[in-house]
Amino acid sequence: MKIAVVQFPGSNCDRDTVRVLRDSLKLDAKLIWHNEFNGVFDAVVLPGGFSFGDHLRAGIIAAHSPATKTVRTMAAEGKPVLGICNGFQILIEAGLLPGALLRNSTLKFVCKWTNLQVETNKTAFTCAIEKGSKIRMPIAHNEGRYFADDEELDRLENANLIVMKYVGENPTGTSRGIVAISNHGGNVVGMMPHPERASDPALGGVDGLKIFESMLEWANC
Amino acid sequence: MNSTFLVEIVISNKPRARDPEGETIIRDLMHKSGFESVKEVRTGKLLSIKVDAMNEVDARDKVVAMCNDLRIYNPVAHSLNVRIRSGN
Repeated sequence: MKIAVVQFPGSNCDRDTVRVLRDSLKLDAKLIWHNEFNGVFDAVVLPGGFSFGDHLRAGIIAAHSPATKTVRTMAAEGKPVLGICNGFQILIEAGLLPGALLRNSTLKFVCKWTNLQVETNKTAFTCAIEKGSKIRMPIAHNEGRYFADDEELDRLENANLIVMKYVGENPTGTSRGIVAISNHGGNVVGMMPHPERASDPALGGVDGLKIFESMLEWANC
Repeated sequence: MNSTFLVEIVISNKPRARDPEGETIIRDLMHKSGFESVKEVRTGKLLSIKVDAMNEVDARDKVVAMCNDLRIYNPVAHSLNVRIRSGN
């Protein structure tokens, strides 16, 4: 499986993600500059960070880049597409996932480990995890307050498109504790937590590995 | 004949989306400083756009079409307020 990790100006944890995929999971992962990204990959990860300086709104400028056109094509082909943090913001702004990510209710950048519950395993990034599992991953963002109106949130809940929620504390004021959602096919997932920062015992947790391992099992799910 | 128009757009959270910055400004600055008559503050982002157009209606239409096309605001959470400030 060939996996692209797309690097925009202002990306972060891009190399961390490549390291996890290559060294921990022994996968063929390539860090690729956004202008050089093409579709000859089996899966793609949009990493965290502050692409294009978060100007206008986090993710909006990257959402219009040619790289995102390629992501759109891969998504339509059913290939696994993961947006982490700023990558999630890009997928939202590209219209590949519904809703909006607003500034945290605390008006602060929140960087901490969080307790999460997996709400569905019908996605390319949770299929190796039992539904209802409690996992831990860190967040690090300023605009992660997921928002949609109540009718839309009900629709997402009923369609099983909510992938993860906070358990207990909701540090950003996000609607119904939502931190990750998917498209109808389950192949496109956006999440505010950073699985690559929870993929090595030295970092304090390994639950993030299951997110990437799910991608490998997706074809058999 | 085209002229240049100044069009201002303000992007703000819809009423149903909380605006914590506005809430902090009214609570911790205005009310604490005695301006109790202030009932609500909503913040937003202002873009001041100069655009060539035939007339005010055309200028407005062009800017609104662009905002929708480029998703300058996210219609799920934001409302867009457009006003023409001046011609040429």
